[in-house]
Amino acid sequence: MEFEAVIGLEVHTQLLTESKIFCGCSARFGAEPNHHACPVCTGMPGSLPVLNRRVVDFALRLALAVGARINPVCVFARKHYFYPDLPKNYQISQYEAPLAEGGAIEIEVDGKRKKIGLVRIHMEEDAGKLVHDEARPVSYVDFNRTGVPLLEIVSQPDIRSPEEAVAYLKKLRTIVRYLGICDGNMEEGSLRCDANVSVRPKGSEEFGVKVELKNMNSFRHVERALRYEIKRQIGLLLEGKPVVQETRLFDEATGTTHSMRGKEEAHDYRYFPDPDLVPVRIDEAWIERVRAELPELPDVKRERFMREYGLPAYDAEILTASRPLAEFFEECVKLFPQPKKVSNWLMTEVLRELNREGKEIDETGLKPEHVAELLKLVDEGVISITAAKKIFPEVYATGADPRKLVEERGLRQESDEAALEAVCREVLSENPAEVEKYKAGKKGVIGFFVGQVMRKTRGKANPKLVNQILTRLLEE
Amino acid sequence: MEHRSLLEWRESLRRREISARELVEYYLERIRRLDPKIKAYLTVCEEEARRQAQEADRRLSAGEDLPLLGVPLAIKDNICTRGVRTTCASRILENFVPPYDATVIERLKAAGAILLGKTNLDEFAMGSSTENSAFFPTRNPWDTERVPGGSSGGSAAAVAADLCAGALGSDTGGSIRQPASFCGVVGFKPTYGRVSRYGLVAFASSLDQIGPLTRTVADTALLLQVIGGPDERDTTSWPEPQPDYLAELEKPLSPLRLGIPKEAFGEGLSSEVRRVLEEALREAEKLGHEIREVSLPHLEYALPAYYIIAPAEASSNLARYDGVKYGFRAQGRDLIDMYKKTRSRGFGAEVKRRIMLGTYALSAGYYEAFYRKASQVRTLIIRDFEEAFRQADLILMPASPTPAFRLGEKTDDPLKMYLSDIYTIPVNMAGLPGLSLPVGFTENRLPVNLQIIGPQLADALVLAFGRALEAALALDLKPPLE
Ligand SMILES: [Zn+2]
Repeated sequence: MEFEAVIGLEVHTQLLTESKIFCGCSARFGAEPNHHACPVCTGMPGSLPVLNRRVVDFALRLALAVGARINPVCVFARKHYFYPDLPKNYQISQYEAPLAEGGAIEIEVDGKRKKIGLVRIHMEEDAGKLVHDEARPVSYVDFNRTGVPLLEIVSQPDIRSPEEAVAYLKKLRTIVRYLGICDGNMEEGSLRCDANVSVRPKGSEEFGVKVELKNMNSFRHVERALRYEIKRQIGLLLEGKPVVQETRLFDEATGTTHSMRGKEEAHDYRYFPDPDLVPVRIDEAWIERVRAELPELPDVKRERFMREYGLPAYDAEILTASRPLAEFFEECVKLFPQPKKVSNWLMTEVLRELNREGKEIDETGLKPEHVAELLKLVDEGVISITAAKKIFPEVYATGADPRKLVEERGLRQESDEAALEAVCREVLSENPAEVEKYKAGKKGVIGFFVGQVMRKTRGKANPKLVNQILTRLLEE
Repeated sequence: MEHRSLLEWRESLRRREISARELVEYYLERIRRLDPKIKAYLTVCEEEARRQAQEADRRLSAGEDLPLLGVPLAIKDNICTRGVRTTCASRILENFVPPYDATVIERLKAAGAILLGKTNLDEFAMGSSTENSAFFPTRNPWDTERVPGGSSGGSAAAVAADLCAGALGSDTGGSIRQPASFCGVVGFKPTYGRVSRYGLVAFASSLDQIGPLTRTVADTALLLQVIGGPDERDTTSWPEPQPDYLAELEKPLSPLRLGIPKEAFGEGLSSEVRRVLEEALREAEKLGHEIREVSLPHLEYALPAYYIIAPAEASSNLARYDGVKYGFRAQGRDLIDMYKKTRSRGFGAEVKRRIMLGTYALSAGYYEAFYRKASQVRTLIIRDFEEAFRQADLILMPASPTPAFRLGEKTDDPLKMYLSDIYTIPVNMAGLPGLSLPVGFTENRLPVNLQIIGPQLADALVLAFGRALEAALALDLKPPLE
């Protein structure tokens, strides 16, 4: 029997607002423990939350970007469970009347595009962090992260494979980065993912028993965990054993999942509307103000790149996967209006450096002027493409002006026709046998002559010009 | 000199007839002498009050004019005071010293008031007799064998016994108005959201409201003026600015339609209370106001709905007392054991009863039948009042079905105790202003208060009518203490 997986993802994204969701404390990372904490953060008796409306702005950006329905009135609710990193022993979240419902994210896997529906997007506060001192042994609570704003994005169970799950996550990350609301770093926990997975016979409309997967801190983990879990569940079904509804943790060391808690131990969160926070009314004016701030989104940009710059779909997809890269491309094209040449350079030379360093292009010293200048130098025949590739890592690393670098290194290629003709004549006279072959119709040997000229000029000759001169001399 | 009103003290201070230091010493002496009988205070801030008095005297000499400069006040011990322990009369917060002031405390301090001490209450404001205090019960100054009411029993008794110039309490289901009635003082629960809750240790957030307990209505108006008004730290506070309450009191009062809900004067109301209230209504008529019957058809459902909503919110609000961050911590084998022992030992019986009630009401499978139903009932009660306020400008009801009862009389029967708040709870459910005004005495000379209820944000009208009736009745409200 053939099976298919049914996967829904719950993603938490940490928002890049200056301050926390319910107090004035900084939401930034890296401070000494409990330096970004106040009576609201620590759940002091008598403290009250006050909504940071910037969080709603950020949430609305995402809701608009994915075409979700925005609720005119949304309500905060308390979600209860006891844990030391949760100072009030309830988390302020949303339950009934979340910020937005519906919408979809489009993904592409194996050249096929597919829409993954969304159930809801809601706002909530992050918990603190426990720090364990195993030696004493003592545990500490750091409240710096308490109250950092989160958006929870819940997908429909529309995902059918680990590849689709990763594509969905990557697309979501691209969108939140485009919107400037989250840095999307999974390893550092600013983008977190839980998955609900079940399997069923292919073609069946019914859902199987679902298992919740947690503790996946990278795209790679998500893929491995899902792959393992799907195999495990299919294995159980083939053996005639039931899949148990439970929460399982992914173990990156073994690449397997193991049970954390069963259905019976599941929390009863006892949600109810938070009486400390008045319902949030979101009118058309608010929505329009946020809509006016929205950047062009990746799918629209991709279409435009294909249309406006005549780029192949592949190029457009890669260039628009990152907003800074797409903007860099457009700046380059303004300075050097040959889009495909710019695209080729970015997708090979530039992406190689970025991937090596794991950086976004706006985190480097590289400027569009540098790339445009380099491409211009090649186009004008001042340097060879080989020379351009040779000096690019230095331009990238130091931000040096390519034209200056070319002069300093003496990379300017020989374009003096008289001088080059002399070298060409020398090469032809040294290789009479090859000249004969050419004359006999083997035009391909011209490459050999070009090579010889390049060798004699130590690569400085302009290959295009050399080719022209040689052809003229041989055809005489 | 005894039992002078806050406004009288303020005038004496302004005219330099008495110094703030002398006034503080007057109260400290009375507390030393009388509070061992009454037990209104959990903490007396002797040194700090003297220091503040010195500062007030310096400013008074410099000619500074602040609304409460040099006036010593008592504060219910569930309102956070920076540097002064705030216990909520609970073991679990026995040694809790807040690092910040509640908004009302900030405003009192800015107005020049002196913090005399923190008063006793039912643990976490849950109760109607102050017998649920984890430390000791407070006694009624009119009869020390009787309770002062609750939960703001300490504040009410302190005002009645002249152990402070005025006090703050909090009212979730009647916790200001019922003890005001038992002790024969003025107690006011403002419109929900009129006074910031920031720094009030939450019991039931959608019902809690801070308010004054004083010897006169004018004193209440003055305190409300200082503590009320918008606060950006409490999103449930009204953004509208406050009127000048004292100025509103001075304006002539046009004849009002006074609504008497027939449901509130039926079964369950003690005949003595009924007699006193009927006399007060006749007095109101003599002042030119019209008495007319109105109806609050869902009044009887207010109590059961309240005992779902309030415990539900309490079970959530009190989840934070877990021994991890502040307050009492019991040693446990592991985290769960520590949680259990801390909360079992740290909370008293009534608090635990309400946490369990509330947890149950919010549980999966019960939420619809309990919490949602109760919220719907609440909406019906709000509509009832809206409808009644079409017929009447103010609504008059008992503040309590009985006068002060004896210590221990109701401690074994929580349901009987809960009935003490039957006339005050609906007002919290609807978020309305309610004034508890002394209007007479039983044959045993126990005070009886009338409750005056107004529409939302009509606090000034409620106070103005209360002041007029107060003047007409001219009661002697000095308990036979000495
Ligand atoms: Zn904070």
